[in-house]
Amino acid sequence: MFDNFELFLTTLLRGAPLTVAATGGGIVLTILLSFVAGLAMLSRSRWVRFLARVYVEGWRGTSEVVQLFWIYFAVPLLVGFQLVPLWAGILVLGLNHGAYGAEIVRGAVNAVPRAQHEGAIALNLGPAQRIRKVILPQAFVEMVPPFNNLFIQLLKSSSLLSLITVTEITNQGVQVLVPNYTGQALTIFLIMLVLYLILSLVITVVMRLVERWAARVAGRPATARARVTGELGI
Amino acid sequence: MPADDVMIRFDKVVKRFGDNVVLRELDFQARPGEHVTLIGPSGSGKTTILRLLMGLERVNGGTIQVGDEYLSHMRRGDKLVPADERHLRKVRRRIGMVFQQFNLFPNMNVLRNLTEAPISVLGQPREQAEARAKELLDMVGLAEKLTANPAELSGGQQQRVAIARALAMQPDVLLLDEVTSALDPELAAGVLDVLRDIARSTDVTLLCVTHAMKFARDISDRVLMFDGGKIIEDAPPAEIFDSPREARTRDFLQSVIET
Ligand SMILES: Nc1ncnc2c1ncn2[C@@H]1O[C@H](COP(=O)(O)OP(=O)(O)OP(=O)(O)O)[C@@H](O)[C@H]1O
Ligand SMILES: [Mg+2]
Repeated sequence: MFDNFELFLTTLLRGAPLTVAATGGGIVLTILLSFVAGLAMLSRSRWVRFLARVYVEGWRGTSEVVQLFWIYFAVPLLVGFQLVPLWAGILVLGLNHGAYGAEIVRGAVNAVPRAQHEGAIALNLGPAQRIRKVILPQAFVEMVPPFNNLFIQLLKSSSLLSLITVTEITNQGVQVLVPNYTGQALTIFLIMLVLYLILSLVITVVMRLVERWAARVAGRPATARARVTGELGI
Repeated sequence: MPADDVMIRFDKVVKRFGDNVVLRELDFQARPGEHVTLIGPSGSGKTTILRLLMGLERVNGGTIQVGDEYLSHMRRGDKLVPADERHLRKVRRRIGMVFQQFNLFPNMNVLRNLTEAPISVLGQPREQAEARAKELLDMVGLAEKLTANPAELSGGQQQRVAIARALAMQPDVLLLDEVTSALDPELAAGVLDVLRDIARSTDVTLLCVTHAMKFARDISDRVLMFDGGKIIEDAPPAEIFDSPREARTRDFLQSVIET
């Protein structure tokens, strides 16, 4: 069963940098969009709230695969040039998961007690100062566990990029290895599973450190519930 | 009363929550430096009055003035229109509030709780804000807690920090909403001592809701008995406490003493 193990592993690992790049890029864009859209949903302006809502519902409510094809194949027809596949993939991963992340940010901000807003108003801090100096520092810690889950989902979604010719781990396995070693497909897929598991554990470990930092920023000890969240990427 | 002798003026203020009319055309005034205590049954609207003054609630009718400026409204031409956020912030600058549950910011240590707003709202240089914060913490007896986090302090200590934090903004009016009712009696005593000190040594106008009647008697120039959305009795503390005119005031004071 493990005849060509080393060959399989090195071939799949050749896809790892692109998986990591797509996931990393997607996470950065997700964070950015989550905060922009999440805070926009809390805006006093009805128009800003409406636009954020359209983005969230639009990207959350449609198929990720279709989004990917659309950005990759349809956008060139509209704007006249084709995006590099990796960039198209990062864009879709970020836009899609940012729509979920926006709800995480909105929920965490809303979970900060009303009394904290009022304490800040009583000191005459302006709306932006209240959010930046009082509310967000207390909200981060609530966001970390759900973001951990979201980032692991994003990692797994990155395998969709194989559909638009990004030669990441899944592409290496499905397009390069399996057609040539059909009899050993089980082994190949097993190695792929383990690689994704390892990457998701890396995300969880990093997010643990982030959570500890966020708890310190919020001025409270790390919560016990951090311990039960998403260790295996569920 | 000439206008320049009024710090707070409520003029026919109406406040409703849905169908629940809490303030019915409330009129009342306080002079600069005056110490006014509000008493009255639970749910009578005492907190609502303070929250209106802090700009945490909006009036449904009537006007509120702080000094010679409208809080609830602003002048546009010769008309009064509801205040916008910018106007509200300008007038709010003169008012500070201490809450029943302290509301310290847990993400900042004690010193930053006191310096954040003076620096980012009043634009004070950091050194000046910190020097002032240290004086104030000294005054409330917590000079050694400068770098502690709020979570590491007792309730009484947190409330003393909250008082210092409000004073750091140099308000003309300080609103105190049952600031000791979340505290054990021994801790409450320490907080009340601090407030006595402030009442004696500063010229801040105090508007105070409290069930601590001895304290109210000590520091107040006037006590307002509040019931049914109206002030039903307004007199110096000795008079209210020793010979109340209204039966409802007598009943209320009786019930407070018994609990
Ligand atoms: N945000 C709100 N929404 C709806 N009703 C409210 C709100 N705030 C206060 N009320 C109502 O307004 C009335 C006055 O409340 P308020 O808190 O001012 O009373 P209080 O005199 O401070 O009472 P207590 O002594 O119990 O603190 C109450 O009937 C209360 O239910
Ligand atoms: Mg109250």
